[in-house]
Amino acid sequence: MNSILLSAIWGIVMMFSGVFTQSKSAIRYTAILGLILLLLVTCMDLGGCRVDINVHKMLYFDTFGMLGNSIAFASTLIYVLLSGRDMEKVGHNLAEYFALVFFILCGLSIVTSFNTLLMLFLGIEIMSIPLYILTGSDKRNLKSNEASLKYFLMGSFSTGLMLLGIALLYGASSTGTFFIDDLWAGKTSSEPLFMAGILLMLVSMGFKVSAAPFHFWTPDAYDGAPTVFTSFMATVVKVSIFVGFVRLFDEGFGASKEKWQLFVALVTAATLFIGNITAVFQQSVKRMLAYSSIAQAGFMLLSLMALNQVSKEGILLYAGAYSLATIGIFAILIRMKDYTFEGFNGLAKQQPVLAATCTIFLLSLAGIPLTGGFFAKYYMLSSVVATGHYLWLVIFAVLCAAVSVYYYFRVIQAMYFKDGDGSTEEQPSAGFKGLLVFVAALILLLGIFPQTLLDLLSKIVYIY
Amino acid sequence: MIPVLLIVIPLVTGLIGFLIKSDNGARGWALLSSVLTLIVALAGLGLAKDSPLLHADAQWLPELGSRMTVGLDGLGKVLGLLTAVCFPLIFVATWRDSYKKSWNFYALMLLSQAGLMGVFMAYDALLFYFFWELALIPVYFLCSQWGGERRIAATFKFFVYTFTGSLLMLVGIIWLWSRTPDHSFSLQAFYDVHNHMNGGEQGFIFWLLFLAFAIKMPIWPLHTWQPETYEQSPTATTMVLSAVMVKMGVFGVIRWVAPVVPGGFWQWGDLVSFCCMFGMIYASLLAIKQDDLKRLIAYSSIAHIGLMCLALFAIDKTGWQGVMIQMFNHGINILGMWIVVDLIERQFGTRKISELGGIAQKAPGLTILLVIVALANVALPLTNAFVGEFLLFTGVFTSTATQYNVVYTVISGLSIILGAVYTLNMIQRVFYGNTNTLTAQGTDIKLNEKLALAAIVVLILVIGVYPKPMLQLGQDTVDQVLSRINYKL
Repeated sequence: MNSILLSAIWGIVMMFSGVFTQSKSAIRYTAILGLILLLLVTCMDLGGCRVDINVHKMLYFDTFGMLGNSIAFASTLIYVLLSGRDMEKVGHNLAEYFALVFFILCGLSIVTSFNTLLMLFLGIEIMSIPLYILTGSDKRNLKSNEASLKYFLMGSFSTGLMLLGIALLYGASSTGTFFIDDLWAGKTSSEPLFMAGILLMLVSMGFKVSAAPFHFWTPDAYDGAPTVFTSFMATVVKVSIFVGFVRLFDEGFGASKEKWQLFVALVTAATLFIGNITAVFQQSVKRMLAYSSIAQAGFMLLSLMALNQVSKEGILLYAGAYSLATIGIFAILIRMKDYTFEGFNGLAKQQPVLAATCTIFLLSLAGIPLTGGFFAKYYMLSSVVATGHYLWLVIFAVLCAAVSVYYYFRVIQAMYFKDGDGSTEEQPSAGFKGLLVFVAALILLLGIFPQTLLDLLSKIVYIY
Repeated sequence: MIPVLLIVIPLVTGLIGFLIKSDNGARGWALLSSVLTLIVALAGLGLAKDSPLLHADAQWLPELGSRMTVGLDGLGKVLGLLTAVCFPLIFVATWRDSYKKSWNFYALMLLSQAGLMGVFMAYDALLFYFFWELALIPVYFLCSQWGGERRIAATFKFFVYTFTGSLLMLVGIIWLWSRTPDHSFSLQAFYDVHNHMNGGEQGFIFWLLFLAFAIKMPIWPLHTWQPETYEQSPTATTMVLSAVMVKMGVFGVIRWVAPVVPGGFWQWGDLVSFCCMFGMIYASLLAIKQDDLKRLIAYSSIAHIGLMCLALFAIDKTGWQGVMIQMFNHGINILGMWIVVDLIERQFGTRKISELGGIAQKAPGLTILLVIVALANVALPLTNAFVGEFLLFTGVFTSTATQYNVVYTVISGLSIILGAVYTLNMIQRVFYGNTNTLTAQGTDIKLNEKLALAAIVVLILVIGVYPKPMLQLGQDTVDQVLSRINYKL
């Protein structure tokens, strides 16, 4: 509850900060302060110290959702610290951008703690509308406008599907309810109406997490949006929707698992295949990262195939490892002169720190041991193997992971083994480099002791 | 204690090595570190099997059932010793090679040594997987950075091949883990897990695990990465790859496949044996046609490793003893061959057999040492490889695990003859005959190379005449693993 309230309030604070000050750094520091506070109140929430408002069971706060929130907030904090300055280059309305970011955070806190389908819908909408605006925030750029429109049309279409799904589920439930824990009650067989509802929910959530074949908006929206906001969309937003996704299907329709899992399996396989294969053919690193985010979503979808304790821990770890690495790469990419692979040629000579940290991020995304990405993938795979079903999907997933090495390593090859004058637009500051090293160290830490993150958080819980 | 030291010394010295920004300093530092490792390894050899010094155990990931368990058994000792012996020899032999930013080169070499040591000593499947990948990453950077003209493409092929294999292995490991009653990655738990699985399942897991090792060895038809990678890598790295790293594949089969899924091991033995046999002949024939020295040795290595794998699947005690000793021998011998190639390439700037000739007139010292190494490569009596290959063939011939033992022996025996053809032919064309304009200016071998080659020749002859200590080293593992494979179905 704390985080929903605070992020909404801070969003308004950010909006007004633009009225009271023209100083860009003051606005940025206000936002950073807000994020630190958000992180703090989420930890307090985890410890049981929360504002109690009677929400009539519409929201339900559990550790899973709150851990998801804290990962999202921490990633956003790192994101703002790394790339906050680059937001200034997008346009003049810096305060509004931050306000929108905070509204998105508000929406995602609802998505990770909904207890009725209405709240899920509300949360998704609160998240989506600011995202449409951010995508089109580079107003003079036609590509940005196009991306925004495309994203908006596709997004509202999928929202429509979701509403239809919710309506069908409501009608199919014996008592007429939106509460996810009551939905399955009293069902002895899978009625067509009910299954149709589940299917529509799957499709609309698939849209939001850019699962194939509902992914077509992703590359264009990610490519067209200003790169700073692509970074945010591809990481924090995506993984938080995943937390909601897992929650919905774990608690709402867990009992009918066998029925819908085949569909999810096919979607997962298609996502992995299309994401990885298409990423291979990209010339621009930004577009490659867009497809890589689709491919990574395919791996995260594996958690829906398992729905056990391991997969829940795994999706959180995945959220953390994937967000950190992708935010790091984007932070470097934003500062590059040239977004193509050739633009990275010889970066290791010009900027050894940037190249070394970027290598660690890429290795993590590829899932090489010693990085957080390995354990993220490991948890996903082992959760599915533990169920004993869908082994073909696991093998297919690792083969796709092997393909992903191709495009991630292309960047490493460009940085280290090819000659060129790839460089950043301006000399990165020591603070920026230090933060990158810190993030890289965090990823390595996650790769050696993956439980540290979760343990640390549970210790905070214990203290309260 | 000793296994920990063997991993930590190269790891720490390697990490420090990145900071020594001087060519000579880095070179000396790497040699110092590798000699230190060798001393520790030799100290470990004498200890009894259950000495507490040979084992270490620490908490790592209790939630996943994985511990940091390392230990040295017979198999670990053989390969640990090989790793420890090879690195100082490599550093001495390539002392005069110069690299751009050599401190990075030497640091990465040491890191790959740490990874290799870890692979050979891990008693925990997840830890093993970690080291398996760790050994690969430094090699990837070594080859891509300092290799030949087509290095990026060649190394990339190598990386994708091995990475695909290891991911499949990871799935296999996770599957086995999910079948252990207490969800543990420990070696012991893996050895017991086949009691809970039927034959079909074991066969399936066998392939998941074995593919990774087959790629590493490599077994035909998964060998296509090898000649190119060997050719394009800097010679010091090629030495690591061929002398030590391919043994990871053989090692993996002995430690993680045969005793873990014996059902699958029996089931698919004939198919794999056929691939080995075919690969031996195929690689030997290709070796005859090669003009590039590096490619020739690469193909000859495929043939030799194929024989070891064939003997493994013959499931015979004699053959397995042969594998143990031959792993060491092959490492030493091929290292000797590479040293010579490196010398020739540095002096004359070419590795093409057709462009060389008559080196013996200019470099008699080199020629004598080379001929001994080459004869060992052909497995002539009195050399170490004779002992190994004799045991291997005896094992295959007397095997009761397959009904085709005679076929395997006869056909793979042909590869020995073919081996003599390409090795002797190479010596003749490179070292004897008349000098040409290129080789007329040749000079004899330098002291450091002479030392390295002489050490190898001494090892070749000593093991060739008195192989008993080496055979005893791996004995306990052979007995243990074989008793696990021969379980009652």
